[in-house]
Amino acid sequence: MADYTIAKTLDYKGLACPMPVVKISQQIGSVAVGEVIEVQTTDPGSLSDFPAWAKTMGHAIVETKQEPGLIRIFVKRQK
Amino acid sequence: MSVDVDKAIADLKSRMDGLPGAENKLTMVVLSGDLDKHLAAMIIATGAAAMGMKVVLFFTFWGTAALRDPRKKVKGKNFMSKMFAMMLPKGRNKLTLSKMNMAGMGTAMLKGLMQKKNVASLDQLFDVAAQLAVKIYICEMSMDLMGFRKEEMIDYPDIEVCGVATMLSHAKESSIQFFI
Repeated sequence: MADYTIAKTLDYKGLACPMPVVKISQQIGSVAVGEVIEVQTTDPGSLSDFPAWAKTMGHAIVETKQEPGLIRIFVKRQK
Repeated sequence: MSVDVDKAIADLKSRMDGLPGAENKLTMVVLSGDLDKHLAAMIIATGAAAMGMKVVLFFTFWGTAALRDPRKKVKGKNFMSKMFAMMLPKGRNKLTLSKMNMAGMGTAMLKGLMQKKNVASLDQLFDVAAQLAVKIYICEMSMDLMGFRKEEMIDYPDIEVCGVATMLSHAKESSIQFFI
């Protein structure tokens, strides 16, 4: 799973629904197609919201890492 | 026998385009004048815009009062309009909870909690909605009934007064319609 490099890391810690999804939708265009953004969030809803957002928008979640008090989601821009 | 695939596709496409709900769009009627329901409406609206949908909000009845700008004053209203203006919340920050308001204590407590938990306020949600090009319509008839004028409504990049037909034509094209 680790065959990607992170183009950008975004700090969404402390933000609540709907802001993580709103912000990633505004930021996804800031990387090139094929590049990966790491999102750091503390919102447990993001665990289901990011995959739902990615599915709808045609992007991909390449990996999700859960650490105590921190969720890291790796979003790949696909188009 | 050969089938003209291109023609068949074009034919299907033209039929699909005419179907109700074909557009990636959300139309929401906001009738309520309650804080909790406006929060829900704005969270759904900004979330949908983030999901790439066109979003159209149609504020009607009690919802229209929440679009008033408390800094704007309008002169020359008749008695009934003045009564409505006085008795209804002057802007979104005066809305109260539909339950557990407890003479304002519940609403104040909820706002405190939202701040503590970093949940976006209505002010922030309206800013985001503006950034994401969420369209706002205000029901003309409700405004007329309650004596509200366009000049006393909030400054928002895409706000317009309309009637029910405008809302319905958006709703018909939308893949999602909500009513709050």
